[in-house]
Amino acid sequence: MSLRTVSEASRIEYAPTENLEVLAVSLENVGVRYRIPSEKFFTFKEYAIRWIQRRVTYRDFWALKNINLQVYQGEMIGIIGNNGAGKSTMLKLVARVLRPTVGRVMVRGQVAPLLEFGAGFHPELTGRENVFLNGALLGFTHQEMEEKFDRIVDFAELWDFIDSPMRTYSSGMWARLGFAVATDVQPEVLIVDEVLAVGDEAFQEKSYARMQSFRDNGATVLYVSHNMATVEAMCPRAAWLDHGEIKATGKTSEVIREYRKSQSA
Amino acid sequence: MDKAAQVPVYDSAMRGSAALEEWHEVLRYRYLIMQFIRRDILTRYKRSVLGIAWTMLNPLGIMIVMTIVFSQAFGITQKGYAAYVLSGLIAWNFFAQSTNAATLHLVWGGSLIKRIYIPRTSFAISATGTGLVNLVLTMVPMLLVMVVTGVPVEPTVLLMPIPILFLAMFALGFGLLISSFAVYYADVAEMYQIVVTAWMYLSPVIYVPNILPEAYRPWLQLNPMYHLIQLFRTPLYYGQVPQLSQFLICGGIATLTLVAGWLVFTRKADEFAYRV
Repeated sequence: MSLRTVSEASRIEYAPTENLEVLAVSLENVGVRYRIPSEKFFTFKEYAIRWIQRRVTYRDFWALKNINLQVYQGEMIGIIGNNGAGKSTMLKLVARVLRPTVGRVMVRGQVAPLLEFGAGFHPELTGRENVFLNGALLGFTHQEMEEKFDRIVDFAELWDFIDSPMRTYSSGMWARLGFAVATDVQPEVLIVDEVLAVGDEAFQEKSYARMQSFRDNGATVLYVSHNMATVEAMCPRAAWLDHGEIKATGKTSEVIREYRKSQSA
Repeated sequence: MDKAAQVPVYDSAMRGSAALEEWHEVLRYRYLIMQFIRRDILTRYKRSVLGIAWTMLNPLGIMIVMTIVFSQAFGITQKGYAAYVLSGLIAWNFFAQSTNAATLHLVWGGSLIKRIYIPRTSFAISATGTGLVNLVLTMVPMLLVMVVTGVPVEPTVLLMPIPILFLAMFALGFGLLISSFAVYYADVAEMYQIVVTAWMYLSPVIYVPNILPEAYRPWLQLNPMYHLIQLFRTPLYYGQVPQLSQFLICGGIATLTLVAGWLVFTRKADEFAYRV
């Protein structure tokens, strides 16, 4: 895989799709800064008084610093690191939820984030109603959802419960339905953030199989997990994030070895 | 390979007008907004026996309380006072509930906009949409009360879509302004509840403007809700065609508020994911 320079990367829009080395996701010198007020718990009144006194001070917290990462079309990349290393923040950048404070993020194609457990479902609505609501959240229209509906319920294996309120579902059933809605049509970029830990083994295998077929069909998968065994099994390449910086990228087994070394040290 | 040309490319460095982009995204996500409205209406009364009928029963109940209090305790004996109160309450509740819901959805729905991209205005738009559905439903008991209390229903009620549209534009714009602040300070959402209650008593919702002392009446002109409620009542309760100046004032207030709210909100929206 040849590395592209920044100027090449910025021309991605015009790159022909036959080229298998098209960038799907590119982060250039990206940083994300959260400004945390140095005093906690203020009310509006306190804030107003301090602001007038010019005494509002912030502590800058860089959740991500100087991130450079290129992910190519059809690649499945694992992202590892301790809690709070910035993995989720990075995924938010790709999902368009967060704009970088500095640097540039480019994503080619439709992004489907797998929502964390239950987000986007309403417990009082039935499974059927929630499928449509969730599909709308992913940007699909009513017709598209009508067409997808049977396939989704087939995959989630929830025909018996589809007209019951979601509050009666088990956590595994929530996860199954969420996965089925998000992955019914192959997205160009799929973001998987540790959601597959829920669901039983049979469903996990089914989900992995689906992700692998996506990858084989040219989708790009960003896969975040603490489970090194699955990362190694699924992703040829990995990136290790630590305190908001990329410590290592490259062959998954080597990145994991580096990561483990730092943990035991 | 023709499709490849249409693959959307997101580039954080390319930034057009935030207000216009948001508008395009809202159009693209209109089905989501419909789904939000549906969800809000369905879930609100899902577990109650009378269900959606509460939308109509609620203002009726409050109207009865207000009518008794004001006619008995304060001796107001205006003809069709119950219908007068109800028409004011319908307009006011629509405004208060949609602006309130817009802030609450954004503050509490924050977990959603941190995980997935959806147009940030969809919360305020769907809150206004939900309010509109409720408003149209409450027109049924409204007309009923008019008939019962002997207030004639004139053909001018057919003009109602205009005041309703202006009211909705004002509520949406104001809801966007308030939620821009509420994201930064949770206190704003709490404070707003009190402000709205005070504002209601400063507007001629349950009283007739001319019971106010002469000296205070000119101040009413500064209250945008005074104009909007009057425009709402004229074709409905008074059965008259509103004057052109009334339309112009209300249309102006509605447009200005909506544009201001939209601009402020979309300018701040990128920061929300950092804050909510």
